[in-house]
Amino acid sequence: MSDVLLQCSGVVKTFGGFTALDQVSVDVKKGERFGLIGPNGSGKTTLINCISGALKNDGGTITFDGTDMAGMAPHQRTRLGICRSFQIPRPFTSMTVLENLAIPFEYVALRGHRHASPDAEAKAVREGAMAILTEMGMADKASAPSSGLTQIELRKLELARAMAAKPKLLISDEAMAGLSNSEVDEILDILFRLNEQHGITIVMIEHIMRAVMRFSQRVVCLDAGKKIAEATPDLIVKDPNVERAYLGE
Amino acid sequence: MKISVFWIGVAVALVVALLTPHVVTNEFYLRTAYTVLQFVVLATAWNILGGYGGYVNFGSAGFFAIGAYSAVFIYKLFPLFQVPDYMIFVMLPLGGVVAAVIGLGTGYLTLRLRGVYFSIATLALAVVLQTLVTNWHFVGGARGASILPPQTVPIFSTWGEFLFVLMAILAIASLAVARYIERSWIGRGLAAIRDNEEAAECMGVPTLKLKLIGCTVSGFLFGVAGAPLPYYVNYIEPVSAFNLVYAVNALAMPMIGGATTWIGPLLGAVVLGTAQEVARVTISSEMNLLIVGVLLVFFVIAAPDGFVGLARKYLGNRKSR
Amino acid sequence: MFSFELLINAIVIGILLGGFYAAISLGLQVSFGLLDVVNIAHPAFIILGSYIAYMMGKWIGLDPILTGLLFMPVFFGLGMLVYRIYYESFEKRGAEALRGLAFFFGVLFIVEVALIIVYGVDYRSVDAIYVGPKIEIGVLDLPLRMLVPFVVSMTMAIALILYLSKTFTGRAIKAVAQDRLALQLMAADPVKIKQLAFGISLATTAMAGALLIIILPVEPSVGRLYIGQVFAIVVLAGLGSISGTVYAAIILGVAESFVQTFFGPSWSPAVSFGILLLVLGVRPAGLFGR
Repeated sequence: MSDVLLQCSGVVKTFGGFTALDQVSVDVKKGERFGLIGPNGSGKTTLINCISGALKNDGGTITFDGTDMAGMAPHQRTRLGICRSFQIPRPFTSMTVLENLAIPFEYVALRGHRHASPDAEAKAVREGAMAILTEMGMADKASAPSSGLTQIELRKLELARAMAAKPKLLISDEAMAGLSNSEVDEILDILFRLNEQHGITIVMIEHIMRAVMRFSQRVVCLDAGKKIAEATPDLIVKDPNVERAYLGE
Repeated sequence: MKISVFWIGVAVALVVALLTPHVVTNEFYLRTAYTVLQFVVLATAWNILGGYGGYVNFGSAGFFAIGAYSAVFIYKLFPLFQVPDYMIFVMLPLGGVVAAVIGLGTGYLTLRLRGVYFSIATLALAVVLQTLVTNWHFVGGARGASILPPQTVPIFSTWGEFLFVLMAILAIASLAVARYIERSWIGRGLAAIRDNEEAAECMGVPTLKLKLIGCTVSGFLFGVAGAPLPYYVNYIEPVSAFNLVYAVNALAMPMIGGATTWIGPLLGAVVLGTAQEVARVTISSEMNLLIVGVLLVFFVIAAPDGFVGLARKYLGNRKSR
Repeated sequence: MFSFELLINAIVIGILLGGFYAAISLGLQVSFGLLDVVNIAHPAFIILGSYIAYMMGKWIGLDPILTGLLFMPVFFGLGMLVYRIYYESFEKRGAEALRGLAFFFGVLFIVEVALIIVYGVDYRSVDAIYVGPKIEIGVLDLPLRMLVPFVVSMTMAIALILYLSKTFTGRAIKAVAQDRLALQLMAADPVKIKQLAFGISLATTAMAGALLIIILPVEPSVGRLYIGQVFAIVVLAGLGSISGTVYAAIILGVAESFVQTFFGPSWSPAVSFGILLLVLGVRPAGLFGR
């Protein structure tokens, strides 16, 4: 199955006696737009943390692009091509917007590239970062300090910074929570473009159903650490398990 | 062009340092200058981890004293007053390496300990090291050890002159190291760690590796700063070698000077170090310490980015490097 | 060398010492454990309390424990002030990590040096009827200067536990640590609650300082040695656990008493800092943590 980019099989994660993930198996195909839903505390973020390497799964395997990722630190996974945005934006606050993007550029995208001089390297970083910012509609903010951005700008910075790591798989962790309808559409447009024009596989975790359902080609629903449903958006909303998970008994 | 300005400065500083003993004949001034230069090294060492990486080390005095006691250890290996003349050149790297190894150890602590827990652990480490030294009779234990430098002084005519030039070279070298780190991938990665460690790791920054580099380099610099201390004071005991004064100054000087660039610790150390030496001579040694405490509290509240921050604000020059 | 008598005495003295350690760390458990304010200057305020007990004894012959009690409101006010400065300068700006820590480090240093300037580095002690005598029960020697602080400290601990669990403001203080939303639903201002709690935290140091100088003579720089004890106890107890603080204090007291009895006093500073390093390295959540 060469068209599978990310394969989680039987992933288990426990905290003390509490089982946060119970034998979760999920496949994400290359180029896919994949939605991950579930009520609060259902294990979505835990799963993302296991995939990105922030947490170590206690059981099961996670394979990315044919590589078993057991024991890999998050930065190594980023270099393989997994990059995430954070639910609560975590900009590098002492840096400008451009400098924020320069970090993944230097550490991932341009890693190993030899430049003639430090100036040439700085130029390459600047041009690459500007290209991404332009695409995000944030070019005018390039030299603004990241500590002074608005909510929507912070969300865009999260995505732009993740893009600077040149990922194959982008995990968007509730990038739209708390935004207005038109802002949600703006972020959706960006994600669609990244997927369609740059061929980036995207996993979207989202509470805003309207957004996930419009965006995703396939949706998985977690509840209490278990996968309870997997289907296309129009089918998953009709799934009795999903309905029960969201509405309760 | 910028690079050459810095290196011309280094060359000038070196020449000045080498010529000073020929011009300044009063040993008192050389000893005062030694103290200030020692603070330059300590402040720079602290800043590599604290200012660049955001990991606050409260145990600087421990690393410094370990450097000093490594030298005492070598000294004690030889029979009374029989220490070879050039032994200082062994003491210096040994002090640095031992402190660097301990620094590397604290680096691994950062795997589990973030923020304040790391800071408290470094303080704890300093006390544990002090207790070990206090109970280690070979290096003098609690009573301390008398150290007499050899009769012959390497290169210069007195130990005062030699130690001054040595510390000047160490200060210049540590500034160059700090500047290199700041402007390289290491410094940019450390800044990302300081701002948000999880995000840095997810953006491909090998955070552990950078922290280990930071801790080791910082420890090494603390150690070499401490290694000449026994020859400088001639009598060393744990309470003064592990004195909190070193830890407070190592932290206060970069915070007051400006912790995000190599110039900050230099400014902080020169201004505060000189002020303290003047106050120590003219008022009292306690009063000079009070000044450090008050200035530290004042600056962290009123001018969080120190002298460098003030300069940028009033000169309107955002990139004063 | 080793004897049953020595062992029993080491345990009992350790428990008494631990009881006193509870007094010095309760306040830090409130500020660090519950409020997440890393008051590294906590021991410096304890020493300040010791010197006030010393001065009041010297001036008007006031009993140290009474002095401690009288000065608790003063320290409470001081705590409110310190927290206000800390909040306005660091917490509000989100700069508590680096600069807030440096701030308290500076405060620690200022208090210590100020005391040195005023009183010098000589050891000071207090007089009270319970400082000299001891009760002998069989092989046990119970010095009153340890027993009285133990009783006072336990009283303070129980009072604090009752206050935090039974009163509205007490529960609000606990809520600050756990759930800001719940606090807002209680219609309480988190900053005011934290300010109040920090006041309580410092109020305990007035009494803890009085107890300290009853047990041992004090000089200004002993404060920083207690950084090890107080943080070791709070971390060992687990952040936020007040009753755990008492247990952890007694564990540390007994451990120190053992080392002192069987290895000599020069090793005792390493006990608390060693335990601290160990707990931080192995089980940062503490023994009695939530």
